[in-house]
Amino acid sequence: MTIQKPNSFRSGPDAHGHFGIYGGRYVAETLMPLILELEQAYEAAKRDQAFQAELDDYLAHYVGRPSPLYFAERLSAHLGGAKIYFKRDELNHTGAHKINNCMGQILLARRMGKKRIIAETGAGQHGVATATVAARFGLPCIVYMGATDIERQKPNVFRMKLLGAEVVPVTSGSQTLKDAMNEALRDWVSNVDDTFYIIGTAAGPHPYPALVRDFQSVIGRETREQMMRREGRLPDSLVACIGGGSNAIGLFHPFLDEPDVKIWAVEAAGLGLDSGRHAASLTAGRPGVLHGNRTYLLQDDDGQILEAHSISAGLDYPGIGPEHAWLHDVGRVEYVAITDREALEAFQLCARLEGILPALEPAHALAHVMKVAPKLPKDHIMVMNMCGRGDKDVFTVAEALGVKL
Amino acid sequence: MSRIEQRFARLKAEGRAGLVCFVTAGDPDAETSLAILRGLPGAGADVIEIGMPFTDPMADGPAIQASSLRALKGGMTLRRTLDLVRRFREGDRETPIVLMGYYNPIYSYGNERFLTDARAAGVDGLIIVDLPPEEDEELCLPAIRAGLHFIRLATPTTDEKRLPAVLANTSGFIYYVSIAGITGAAAPDARQVAAQVRRIKRVSALPVAVGFGIRTGEQAREIAAVADAAVVGSALVGRIAGAASSDAAVREVLDLVRELAAGVRSARRSAAE
Repeated sequence: MTIQKPNSFRSGPDAHGHFGIYGGRYVAETLMPLILELEQAYEAAKRDQAFQAELDDYLAHYVGRPSPLYFAERLSAHLGGAKIYFKRDELNHTGAHKINNCMGQILLARRMGKKRIIAETGAGQHGVATATVAARFGLPCIVYMGATDIERQKPNVFRMKLLGAEVVPVTSGSQTLKDAMNEALRDWVSNVDDTFYIIGTAAGPHPYPALVRDFQSVIGRETREQMMRREGRLPDSLVACIGGGSNAIGLFHPFLDEPDVKIWAVEAAGLGLDSGRHAASLTAGRPGVLHGNRTYLLQDDDGQILEAHSISAGLDYPGIGPEHAWLHDVGRVEYVAITDREALEAFQLCARLEGILPALEPAHALAHVMKVAPKLPKDHIMVMNMCGRGDKDVFTVAEALGVKL
Repeated sequence: MSRIEQRFARLKAEGRAGLVCFVTAGDPDAETSLAILRGLPGAGADVIEIGMPFTDPMADGPAIQASSLRALKGGMTLRRTLDLVRRFREGDRETPIVLMGYYNPIYSYGNERFLTDARAAGVDGLIIVDLPPEEDEELCLPAIRAGLHFIRLATPTTDEKRLPAVLANTSGFIYYVSIAGITGAAAPDARQVAAQVRRIKRVSALPVAVGFGIRTGEQAREIAAVADAAVVGSALVGRIAGAASSDAAVREVLDLVRELAAGVRSARRSAAE
């Protein structure tokens, strides 16, 4: 299959929400009027300077942006190649990039007069960020979370409850993120009048992939400015982990039309791509339609969705945002995969060399950095998105290392 | 005239509403499922909807979710679903069959190949929950070209502005979803349904079937009084879930179909015409 290179990698989606053949609006009729209303409201908000100013103000004073761009000196020296920077989105309020998007969406929900917030969550980071903004603006919040995930992410479940959210265990299907998303969609279909669904990643029916990307692009815009100030030039490469892909697209998007910037996205290879127990939809899946968009999915020969596996609950999803599917096909971004074991090694190395506990999600990105950085010249500047902090993962890591807490 | 059109024409001539019965293909296994399908027309089903099992049925409630998972566990696939239709058709040339489900298994099977095979197996129409009019190029238009009806869902959120788009490429009948919600949820209010059916009939000559939340003969009677057909699904597959054996599942489903059919046939028609 030959795919024609576009003039710009930043022009998508088209009017119907398509990135090439990906994206779209594959939802039940009941939801269709709602996503059309959301699209209109978002287009109007984008053109409204007051909306942007309000968002910027909350990002600065509540979220804590801009996040630092940090030169990881000891890690760079240890690997002996590229000069490695971390974009420190783990320093945001609530400990991950998720709040960038939640802040944008809740301001949109308020603008649309919605009175009730719902969300899905896997690791709980998006659930915590949603519960946080819902508390800040006094709106009731219901978070759907797979029963399996509730069991392995207890601290985040308690955090959401402290923030006043109701956490609803999802016991259908594989009881993880995809099932939580099914259940959130079922809630939305049943509460069409007053409810705003804050989707946590750059996936779902149009306009969500574009909307979430736009709210997360603050990561890439800041990185550009900070790098210009710091080094007087753009970085040579970018690395980010990818589940649904919101932190990655947020970092990448402002750089997509810079042909000299090499871009890597890192999927979760779980126990290994050959094991069948992984979450690498691009590396090992094929195109299909789920949760409102066409994208790469882990599926069997009959088109049934397979369960994903990753040590990182935040990457444990059998799909990926549609813009990534397109960027994969046109070859602008290189998608690679890192196993649980490699991510765990990166997690420990980062803790000891830099005094930073990365979340298991960016530990995947870091593991890829560890693979490629040693082979690169010393003047090669690499930026990795440290999209979340690892406090939430200490129990998982302890268990994986055979340590009893 | 297609089988669906013939069936609704006959119902009209008989002066009564129809009963549309939904069961999931292969629930709980292929042979039991076939026995249920073969028993449905005799028990009073006028149109059969066969659910194509999918792992992630986003618009369905717990009963149909569980039904779908039982079928998948029993080894059902889209190819075997078409086999079931073929075997049903060997003994029944008249009862319309509509396949209902989600798009991904079809997309995975290959759209053109699916349409050819479905038509050859004896399928008359498709209801694909996650293909709104905005994605008509995808499967709806090719289905019409292949000689299959593409039956659309209209819902309480389908307003006046949107209704023409929903009706545009719909044929066979229109499926009005009586509540904004998932399958098997609360029972619909017959008076509200009557008003909605009238709203659709003002702009379309197609028969209107009404579903979501109908569980008993009495509820079926109320809906049949104001619509061209009543659709029942969750309550039927719920009987399969509770059955102690394969024979019991067939018997209990068909018992409920007889109750529903009696309800539908006893309805006094008023607002539907």
